[in-house]
This record gives sequence, structure tokens and C-alpha cells, in this order.
Amino acid sequence: MNLLLCVITPFLGAALVAWVARLWTWHAAWAAAGVTLAASAALAPLVDGTFQGTTLIERYAWMPREGLDLTFRLDGFGLLFALMILGIGLLVILYARWYFSPQDRLRRFYTCMMLFMGSMLGVVLSENLIQLLIFWELTSLSSFLLISYWQQRAEARRGARMALTVTGMGGLALLGGILLLGRITGSYELTTVLAAGDQVRAHPLYLPTLVLILLGAFTKSAQFPFHFWLPNAMAAPTPVSAYLHSATMVKAGVFLLARLFPVLSGTLEWSWLVGLTGLLTFLIGAVFALFKHDLKGLLAYSTISHLGLITLLFGIGTPLAALAGVFHIINHATFKASLFMAAGIIDHETGTRDMRRINGLWGVMPYTATLAMVAAAAMAGVPLFNGFLSKEMFFVETLGVASEFHFGWVVPLTATVAGIFAVAYSLRFIHDVFFNGAPIDLPRTPHEPPRWMRVPVEVLVALCLLVGMLPALTVEPLLAVAARGVLRGPLPEHSIALWHGVTPALWMSLIALTGGVLVYAGRRPLFKLAARLEGRWEAWRLYDWLVAMVFDLARRVTAALDRGSLQQLLFLFVLSALVLGAAEFWSDSAPLTGPRPLLPVDPVSLLVALGLAASTVLVVILHRQRLTALILLGAVGLGVALIFVKFSAPDLALTQLSVEVVTIVLLLLALYFLPKSTPAESSRARQVRDLVLAVAAGGSTAALAWAVLTRPYESIADWFLTHSLPGGGGANVVNVILVDFRGFDTLGEITVLALAGLGIYAMLEGLRLPAPAADGEGRAWDPDTHPLIMASLVRLLLPLALLVAVYILLRGHQLPGGGFIAGLITAVALIMQYLANGVAWTQARLPANLHPLIAAGLLIATLTGLGSLVFGYPFLTSSFGHFHWPLIGDFELASAMAFDLGVYLVVVGVTLLILIHLGLVHDVSHSTDEEPQ
Amino acid sequence: MEALLALIIGLLTAAGVYLLLRARTFPVVLGLSLLSYAVNLFLFAMGRLRIGRPPIITANAQGYADPLPQALVLTAIVIGFAMTAFVIMLALKARAELGNDHVDGTHEP
Repeated sequence: MNLLLCVITPFLGAALVAWVARLWTWHAAWAAAGVTLAASAALAPLVDGTFQGTTLIERYAWMPREGLDLTFRLDGFGLLFALMILGIGLLVILYARWYFSPQDRLRRFYTCMMLFMGSMLGVVLSENLIQLLIFWELTSLSSFLLISYWQQRAEARRGARMALTVTGMGGLALLGGILLLGRITGSYELTTVLAAGDQVRAHPLYLPTLVLILLGAFTKSAQFPFHFWLPNAMAAPTPVSAYLHSATMVKAGVFLLARLFPVLSGTLEWSWLVGLTGLLTFLIGAVFALFKHDLKGLLAYSTISHLGLITLLFGIGTPLAALAGVFHIINHATFKASLFMAAGIIDHETGTRDMRRINGLWGVMPYTATLAMVAAAAMAGVPLFNGFLSKEMFFVETLGVASEFHFGWVVPLTATVAGIFAVAYSLRFIHDVFFNGAPIDLPRTPHEPPRWMRVPVEVLVALCLLVGMLPALTVEPLLAVAARGVLRGPLPEHSIALWHGVTPALWMSLIALTGGVLVYAGRRPLFKLAARLEGRWEAWRLYDWLVAMVFDLARRVTAALDRGSLQQLLFLFVLSALVLGAAEFWSDSAPLTGPRPLLPVDPVSLLVALGLAASTVLVVILHRQRLTALILLGAVGLGVALIFVKFSAPDLALTQLSVEVVTIVLLLLALYFLPKSTPAESSRARQVRDLVLAVAAGGSTAALAWAVLTRPYESIADWFLTHSLPGGGGANVVNVILVDFRGFDTLGEITVLALAGLGIYAMLEGLRLPAPAADGEGRAWDPDTHPLIMASLVRLLLPLALLVAVYILLRGHQLPGGGFIAGLITAVALIMQYLANGVAWTQARLPANLHPLIAAGLLIATLTGLGSLVFGYPFLTSSFGHFHWPLIGDFELASAMAFDLGVYLVVVGVTLLILIHLGLVHDVSHSTDEEPQ
Repeated sequence: MEALLALIIGLLTAAGVYLLLRARTFPVVLGLSLLSYAVNLFLFAMGRLRIGRPPIITANAQGYADPLPQALVLTAIVIGFAMTAFVIMLALKARAELGNDHVDGTHEP
């Protein structure tokens, strides 16, 4: 339960934070901190057991038939990440409280922050790989919202879009990799997958699986050549950068590498792909970082470089290298988070991040400068700071590779060169910002930041120092349990200590330190060279080009397929449906006519059919005279209703009849605003072409209908017929299906209906249409709009009509009727009032706002469904009973009747909403017409 | 009787398709209505034809028509109404915004 709580708390907390922020903006920070503490509290009782070495699995059934459960896993490695996410998250929340100014929208920041935290916790605590992927994608989405926080700035939108595109593509690749992995191992559960390492590595699909998973991990962790999104994501507010790019988002990639390390590593492919990518990223990131004049740009490339270092360690693949990788994950998170925060303070105080202008801050903020210097020293790998320890382990590992293959010496060499640049850019961060003369033209006068803005930095810097000086006392237990979680076996011999004697690795560290100082000292010619090459080899140019190509291709495909003509598209659509259907038809040798005995034709049916056919043909012939065609359409609808009557479908006939009335009224109203006739525009050839297509379509539909009607069939109808009375308590099987057996479908359908009604309402809102002053023949409208006899008669009829509707509603469960039909009848009765008495008269007597009615209907239907959950039955299970009422006699009550009431209310509400608002448009259009006169 | 219904479905389809291919909004809406009659009847016909056997349980019934297609078609009729309403409103909106009732909205009124 605790793991589920831990993951879900931030998600629920997001709503709480949003609500608190609406009431008291500044308290959002405290709410967010409280949520983080609550999530930590859920995790706290499990920490002890994890340190004992147990792996906790929590399982909740979700879609058991698909092999999908909600499963969570807590081992040492997951715990390490959860602690970083929660701990650094808390510090960032605190820091952001002082970073943002009152006009920033804190609500959005803290809400998105909570969503992101929950997603990250989900990634690191998932046992099921599919579930992991879902949270993985959620981190992409929520980081998109965080990076685009200042959405009014173009570069923020661009950076967010780029991050989403790159990591989203990676997520897609990862999905493929995970599916393959599940196929190979037969399970998506990490426990099974982790135990199946040999099987996976020997499988022919190993390479594609590996490549796809690595694509996911590399894009997320900004590895070369996908690194370019990370510097662009620096358009985010600094607290976001401090969180996303130190401990969380970008670490998700290396987390995945480490998580699947026992399954995928140990092959030549792994070493080459992961090792080479890591090495290149390490070098490229370090070199680029030195030449960035933007404070955060430097940190961004340094982050890329350090992620490359971690990737390289996992690529080397020895247990000791993996342990060093885990160690560097911890160290990098602490010093990089504090550096980002320090950069944020500097930005906050000076108003710029350009290192060519920020100089000599030591004089105004010595305290912040000291903190930043400690963190930068850790980043450079100076002894006594935590970065030194893991970097030395890293150098040892690269030396191990040197002897393993032919050009192995390249690895320690490159590592040393990158190390030199790492020292140089760290030095630049310190020297350029805090010394190097006086500040140049700063937008603000800097001074020390508020006390509490420094506290998070202090905590992190203290950690850097403690780990750096007393590694065995501080980090060792956590590192050991985390590395055991990665390696899933005994830990290799290792000793984390400051002094290992004069080793080759120590020499490499010394070379890096002195080399770094030398490079920085001779930076001026290098900067000049960099300025000349500026922007030439930027990977984002390739990205921009690719994106432009994709858009161009999409535009061309659209332009080729869609020429902006509905007629042409519909023609092609019908034609292709026809061709595809006909092709299948001809390839099948079965006879058209089946063996089912036919029903004889009686004269009345023939007459109705002829009438129907005549009306249909006349609609087509007379379609230019719109009013005539509409009346004929009504006749066709009546004919269809008669067909339903004939073939034992009384419910359908009633529905068709009432819908027909409503439709015709609606179309009549609409016709008022449209031209009264259709101009003859189609050429003769086009008419013939359309006619041929129409006849072909009609002919094939008729053939298909005939083929089906003459064949016997097996139906599941018997089940409904036998269970209707005992199971649903109703004799009208159609109604029982609607409100009981398939109640969920009906709930969906009335929801669609409600949405259509609301959509129409939105479309009509404020719509002004040119209202004609005269009818089609040029006669002015009759001023006497509401004939007295009709008006009085219709008013008299109303109670009677409503009574009929109630009767139809109540009897629906046993006899033809029900919510749909009763709703339509009610609507017709009420619309009659509008027609006969006018909108103004009726509006004064009926509520015009129908939204509550629709909402009530949906609510009743849903609550009826939920009611069964209360009694422990599945959603929408109905129950019924017979009651004896005095005077009335035996009476059956079923919960499905309440559901039907919901259906009824929605149908009434939507139908009236549509018609009344169209009528109101009429009023609006007319009044504006008359005003100018 | 089967042939008669099949022919009616075919005729309604043909008329619907023809009107659907016209250039003005109102005939297209008429065509859609005709086509939805055809579709509803076709769907209903999947349960085959029975005369005088409504699916209402009684003690001495001789058999019942298939209730399942009927339930499907019942909701289809109502949703069809909502669709017709939506399309005609779109047509009105297009008329108001574009000044003509051509389906592509590009031609002079």
C-alpha cells in the first residue's frame, strides 16, 4: 500500500496545490512541500527493510487478463532514486518560493512540479515495464509543461517542444524495445525480466531490443547526438532546470540503463553502443561547456558531459564500473542541483546570465560565491569534494579498458582530455563570475539573496563536502544497497577513500587539474576560434531541418489528397468503398441468394413500399425546391416508421415517428435562414457521373441486404430473450437491453447526445444570421404569427401530451416505450408551445437554461450505475422488486427505471436545447434587422 | 418481402449518395438523412424479418424478433437526430461566416 501511496500522493497533491494556490498564492509552496513530505512519509517505513536487502513488490490487479497489473517495486536502487526525487524536490520547492516574483504564476509551477514528481516516482518504483513506460511518458509531458512555463517567450516554447519531440520519439522507441523484451522473456515484470539475462542476450532479437531501449535511454539522458534538446530546455525557470537536469528527468535515462544492466549488458554490442556514446558525449559536452557564455548554457553542457560519463561507466560493464556509475549519479545530483540554484541566485540578483558581463561578484555576495565555489570544485573533481571520488573510480575503470582491446588506450586518453575541459569550465564558472574585474553594465545591483533562498544550496553543498571527506560514514551504506539493486548479486571489492596511494588514476586527476588550469589560462585564442565556429555544428540545425522536412511532407501529402473540395472527397470516398467492396464480392464464389425461406408480399406492404420509393425519388428530383423536398423527406421518414411497425419493432417505430417530427421542425427552422432554393450549378456530365455512382452504391447495398436477408443465422438474441424477465425484470426486451444489459453503452450514447447538444449551443452562441424579410416567392411574412385557435388548442393539449409521455416512460420496461421515446414525445409537446405561442410567450413560462436538466439526467443515470457498486455489484447492475401499492395494485420497481429517467431527461434537455436556441437565433437576427429602420 | 426491403434500402442509399454529392449544404443534409434511414434499416435487417413477433415477452408468444439490432437501431436513430442537428447548425454557421451555403464555402452566393 505504501508504494502506491507514495506514487499517487503527488498526483493527488497536484490538485490540492492548485486549489491552495487559487486561494493564497504564496502558500502553494508550503502545500507542495507538505505533499512531498507526505509522499516521503509513505516511503519512510520501508527504508529499513530495503537496507536489509529485501525487494518489496506491491501488486494491484488492473487488467489481469492482459497481463497488466499495477505493480510497484522497491529495492535499493529504486530507493536511492526516490530519495533523490523527494529530497531535491523538497529543496527546489523551497528555493522556488523565493526565486519567483509575485507576477509569476506559482499555481502552474507547483502543480506541474507535483505532476512531474509523481511521474518520476512512478518511473523509479515500477515493477511492470509497461507501467514504467506510462510514467516515463508522463515525465515527458509534465516536463514539457514545466519547460514552457514562461510560455509567452518564444524560446521557452521552442525548447519545450524540442524536448518533447526528442524524448517523445525516444519513448516510442522504448515502447518497441519493451514489447520485444516482453516477447523474449514472456513477461513485463522486472523480476522475471532481470532473471532472464542469458536468455535475452542469446536471443536473435537481442540487437533490435537493445537498440530500441538505448534510443529511449539516450534521448532522455541527452546523449550525443540527441543532446541538443537539453541546452534549449534552459529557457525554463532555474528551479525547473535544477530539478529536471540534476536529479530527475535526464537521470531517468541512466536509471533505465542501470535498471536493465543485468539483462542487456555483457555483450560486445552493449559495450560498443553504450561505451562509445558515453565517451563521445562526455568529451563533446565538456568541450562545448567551456565556450558557452550563458551561465546556464555552461551548466547544461556540463550536465550532458557528466551524463556521458555515467553512460560510459555502464558501457564499460564491469560490476565496479556500474558501482562507480551509481556513485556518480548521486554526486552529480548534489553538486549540479546546487550549481543550478547558485546560477539562479546570480540571475535573480544581477538580471543577466551572460558571463561576459557578470564579473567580480565576490565583492557583493561572498557567501553565495563560497557555496558556488565548493559545488564547482566538486564538479571539477577536486580532492576533498565528492566529485573527486567518483571521478577517480571512473579513471581507474577507463584504464581497465585500455588493456582490453587494440585501441583501448583511446578511452583513458579521451577521458583525460574531457577531464581537462571539465576543470577548465568549472574554473571559468568561478573565476569569470566572482572575480575577473568588475561587473559590466548589469541590469540590477546585486547583493546577497534572501536568507531562505540560500538554505537549499547550503544543504546540498554540505552534502558535497560530507561525502567528499567522509565517504565511508555518509554515502557508503546507501551506495552499497543501491549498487546491489543494480547488480542483483554480491558487490565487487571496492573502497571509497580519499587516498589510494600514487596510482595511475591519481596521475590522470592531476593531469586533468593542471591541464584544466592551463587551458583556462590560454582561453582567449580558444574563445576567438569558438566565436568563429559558433553555431556551425549545432545538432539542433539537423533537428530543425528534419522537422521542417516532416511538415513539408505532411503539407504535400495533404495538398495531394485534399484539394479543398468536399464533393470531390466524398466522390472518391464512395468510389473507393464501392471498389473495395466489389473486389471482395467478385473474389467470393458464394451465391448471392441464401436458402432462408422468404416471406410473401402483401398488397398493403407493396403500397407502402411504392409510396416510400416515390417519395424518395421525388426528394431527389425536387431537391432544388427545398421546402417541398423537406416535406417529402418527412413522408419518407413516416414510411420507414411503417416498415418498423410491419417487422415487429414497435419501439423503433415510435422512436422513428417522434424523431421525424423533431427533425422536420428543426430543418424547417434552419431553412428559414438558408436560401429557399438550390441553384442549378452541376453540369449535365457531373450529374450523370454522380447518378451512376449513386446507383452503383444503391445497387450494391441492395444486393448486400438481399444476401444477408436470405441467409439463416445464429444470434445471441436467445440469451437476451430468456434472461430479460428473470434477470432484468422487464418484458420489453429492447428496453431491457438498453437500460440494463447494455446500460453502459446507453450511458455513453446519452453522453454523446449531451455533448452534441452542448456543441450546438456553443455554435449558436452569438450567431447572427441574415434573416429574410420575405418568403421564397417574395411575399412578406404574415404579421399574425400565432393563430389564436392553434395557440389555445396546443395549450390545452400540453397536459395530455405530457401525461402520455409519462405513461410511455413508466411502461417502457414492459411494453413499447421508455426514456428515449418519452423524452422525444415530451420535447415535441413543448416545442409545439413554442411553435404555436411564440418563443417570447413560452420562454416566460419555461426555464430557458436547459443545461441543469441535461446534467441532472446524466447524473441520475451515472448514480444509478454507481449505486450498484455500493452494494458490491459491478457498475450498472440493476435490481428490481414487486411492490403492492394500495389503489394501484401490484407494481414493479426496477433500478433500471431510474436509469431510464436519466435517459429521458437528457433527451428532453438536448432536443429542447437545440430547437429553442435555434429559435432564439431567429429572434436575435430579426431584432437587429429591424433596429436600423 | 425481403426483396422489397432490399430494394428500398438500395433506393434510399442511392438517393442519399446522390444528394450527398451536391454542392449546397441543404441537399447534403437531406442526403445524410436519407442515408441514415438506409443505414438504420440495413442494421435492423441484420436481425432478419419477422412479422407479428415483437420482442415483448408474453406467455403464449410464438417466437420473437431479434431484439438486439432493434436496441442498436433505437439509439442510432436518436444519435442520428443529434448528428443531423449538428450538421445543419454547421451549415448555418458557415452561411453566417462565409456568406454562402456552398459546401466548400469558396463560391459566390
